[in-house]
Amino acid sequence: MSTPTEPHYRQPLLKTPFHERARALSQIDRFIPWAGYTTVDVFTSAEQEYFSVRNASSLFDLTPMVKYRVAGADALRFLNRLMTRDLAKLKPGKVAYVVWCDDAGMIIDDGTVFCTGPNEYRICTAERQMDWFTASAIGFDVRISEVTEEVAALAVQGPTSYSLLRAVGLAGLERLKPFEHGQFSMPGASAPITMMVSRTGFTGDLGYELWMEPADAGVVWDTLMRHGGTRGVRPIGSQALNMVRIEAGFVLPNLDFVSAAHTLRIGTERSPIELGLGWLVDFKKGHFTGRRALLAEQTRGPRRQLVGLDIEGTKPAHNSLLYTQRSGRTEAGSITSATWSPTCKRNLALAMVDAPYIATGSVLWVEIYLNRELVWERRMVRARVVERPFFAPARRRATPPAEF
Amino acid sequence: MTTPARARYDAVIVGGGHNGLVCATYLARAGRSVLVLEAADRVGGAAVTREFAPGFQVSAGAHLLHLMPPALLNDLDLGAHGLKFAAHNLPTVALSADGQHLSMQAGGGSGARLSAADARAYTEWRRLMRQISGALHPLLNGAPPRLGTDAWSDRKSLMRLGWRIRRLGRRDMRELLRIGLMNVHDLLEDRFESPQLKGALALDAVLGTNYGPRSPGSVLSLLYRLAATGGTEVLSQPQGGLGALSAALGRAATAAGAEIHTAAPVERILVKDDRASGVALASGQQVLAPVVVSNADPKTTFLGLLGAEFLDAGFVRRITHLRTRGFTGKVHLALDRLPKFPGLDPESLRGRLLVAPDADYIERAYNHAKYNEYSAVPMLEVTVPSLSDPSLAPAGSHVVSIVVQYAPYELNEGWATGRQRFTDIVIDTLGAYAPGLRECVRASELLTPADIEREFRIHGGHWHHAEIAFDQFFMVRPVPGATQYETPLPGLFLCGAGCHPGGGVMGLAGRNAARQVMNRAA
Repeated sequence: MSTPTEPHYRQPLLKTPFHERARALSQIDRFIPWAGYTTVDVFTSAEQEYFSVRNASSLFDLTPMVKYRVAGADALRFLNRLMTRDLAKLKPGKVAYVVWCDDAGMIIDDGTVFCTGPNEYRICTAERQMDWFTASAIGFDVRISEVTEEVAALAVQGPTSYSLLRAVGLAGLERLKPFEHGQFSMPGASAPITMMVSRTGFTGDLGYELWMEPADAGVVWDTLMRHGGTRGVRPIGSQALNMVRIEAGFVLPNLDFVSAAHTLRIGTERSPIELGLGWLVDFKKGHFTGRRALLAEQTRGPRRQLVGLDIEGTKPAHNSLLYTQRSGRTEAGSITSATWSPTCKRNLALAMVDAPYIATGSVLWVEIYLNRELVWERRMVRARVVERPFFAPARRRATPPAEF
Repeated sequence: MTTPARARYDAVIVGGGHNGLVCATYLARAGRSVLVLEAADRVGGAAVTREFAPGFQVSAGAHLLHLMPPALLNDLDLGAHGLKFAAHNLPTVALSADGQHLSMQAGGGSGARLSAADARAYTEWRRLMRQISGALHPLLNGAPPRLGTDAWSDRKSLMRLGWRIRRLGRRDMRELLRIGLMNVHDLLEDRFESPQLKGALALDAVLGTNYGPRSPGSVLSLLYRLAATGGTEVLSQPQGGLGALSAALGRAATAAGAEIHTAAPVERILVKDDRASGVALASGQQVLAPVVVSNADPKTTFLGLLGAEFLDAGFVRRITHLRTRGFTGKVHLALDRLPKFPGLDPESLRGRLLVAPDADYIERAYNHAKYNEYSAVPMLEVTVPSLSDPSLAPAGSHVVSIVVQYAPYELNEGWATGRQRFTDIVIDTLGAYAPGLRECVRASELLTPADIEREFRIHGGHWHHAEIAFDQFFMVRPVPGATQYETPLPGLFLCGAGCHPGGGVMGLAGRNAARQVMNRAA
């Protein structure tokens, strides 16, 4: 973590504890801002980095993920009123994927909750949430603090990630199941480094996330890179991550939905049911913010839903409109995220589609614009609504994972 | 306390203030079994008469009846339930240090020394206010419309509002729209010369609020007050104080079939399957009912009795942000004898005496409140109820009841030491119009907003439960999501001053709430 020596307005983007390492390995100088930090978009080539996630091991710096510590006698009650899932079932050592909504049942953000002890939690979110968490804490005995800068985070993902982490000395990792976390240690420069490791990730593949002291970040990175060898470890940027998360069917705020805390236009906010995350909503656990609105929506039926599309051809359908017929007369929705999937060898997309066309197997038409040396072409191609995730290898769940 | 006769009622009303009692009466009349639970040992809420010094009784909260519509009084048949008036149609008198007081009777303005221009302007003012309040008064009689719903009733009621305003005619409609969001100081400067007249009208605009005459929105609170009274404010004093009104309301409710228990504080509103299902009393007893109507203020209801966990976070935040701090205090004086008020005839002395020599005087008094200080020279609304109702004080003695502004909820120096100092200031301020007053005072009592909060269980100690302000008014009162007397929790209703049309001893919130409860069930 760079200690701000200058006032914050003189260094509008912070540097993560991995920044110097990343900068040294960045070959094309493609950095982008992410949640107040400067982070790597592409190190060398997004495709190369993509294949390190699917065929080897990848390092992704996710320090900018916003992190909160939540503790207090009412911590569980607070979380259960804030989030749509029933977290009473989340025991220490477990992680849950969650969303939370405003009063109208529209998503404010998604994230993960780590139960770190009785009535003690860490929440990781995409965007800053202190305002909403503070409002949600009225009437509850709970302390919330942001710990983003106190924790450096590194995702180690890919089929060889388990072997790589074993090689650097993380003993006992073979017992860690998906959505579990624990304390592990590895040899450091002088003393052993202890850190929290969770078997979580945003790739849909076998992988882990390492949560460490910022001071240990450099040593951990160097050690992992040193032990890469035939396991093929490589740092990756946001572009490669975006390809794999689409394959895994994960949604991203500001791409697949806009937080209800930020939308200005009526009707642009999205509910968990519309995002296909209805399975995260537990109507039986008691009251939570947005429950009454979501119950009404469930009764009424969703007006639209996020679905997976398998599109003809090989050209990614970025930002395309969807139509019911080739004629393009009646709109049926639009693409939110698109990629050519090198592993599936399919042209994939996530799309927000009007209710009549959300059933798996529905056929829609996609309008794709192609820039061919500044000559624009328009293609109408067929797309089919398919199940998500598009790519779900068995290795992501195997415990213990295979050795390489 | 006594024990409720049954374990289950059609409706439980939390709080036996005047609105709770009115609501109970209408629900009981409609054939519902109704239980009223009042925490204090008598009904009435802030409309009670109680002793404040041995032998001296006073209306501890509100001290005049002027907002409750005659139609409601008649409909409840309060006369038959023992309500008598010690005085009716009392004058309002703007006091002047030189004894040239300005008396204003409900029937018309009588100018002590109003200029010809002021006399004309005042006649025109009264005409305009009658017109406007005639147009706006019907709004108080029902649930306000909601915006952005598809409900036909909301659209109809919005259209009716537009039509009523349009029907004022081009000139008056323009004037209403022009002045609606103004400050009352500018409005009065536009129209009048007499500082006394401006002071008296400015006092009406800011009484019971956290406004000075120059605060935006102070015309709205004046129009609200005038709309409530239909443009002609008739001041009455019940025999036995405002507590006698509450007692009559209680008898009316009982006669209609409602069951009332006092000294029965409710601790919690019960929730089952996301519906209000009854209440738990502090005694530990539980009473079940599919309808719970809260006469308590919104913060007490939602944050105290119900709890945030049954509500959405955004709604709870809106409730938390509701402005509920009171800035109005009450001073009660027990006098051995009544001093002379030079220049005031006996009839006027029985009325409502205003100490607000001009609008700037009030603005200066208000300056202190902004910084959590009491006014160095406060604005007063004074009555001597024992003149019309000797039963309130021992023979020959008198009671003075004073509404005083501004007294902040939280005083910088603390009310422990500030209490006596501020009481002395109030006595001296009034003493300027009644030499020798201080020597007549046998005992005194000051109710700060914090005392009002404690005694009447009103969060923040605000008369209206929540500030009368454009963002807490009519369609959005108390907050979006709890308008129309309904709350986000099915089965839980509000009927107190925090709802449209607000506080003052008006009773319309209670009646409108009862109608809404019956509409919902129908």
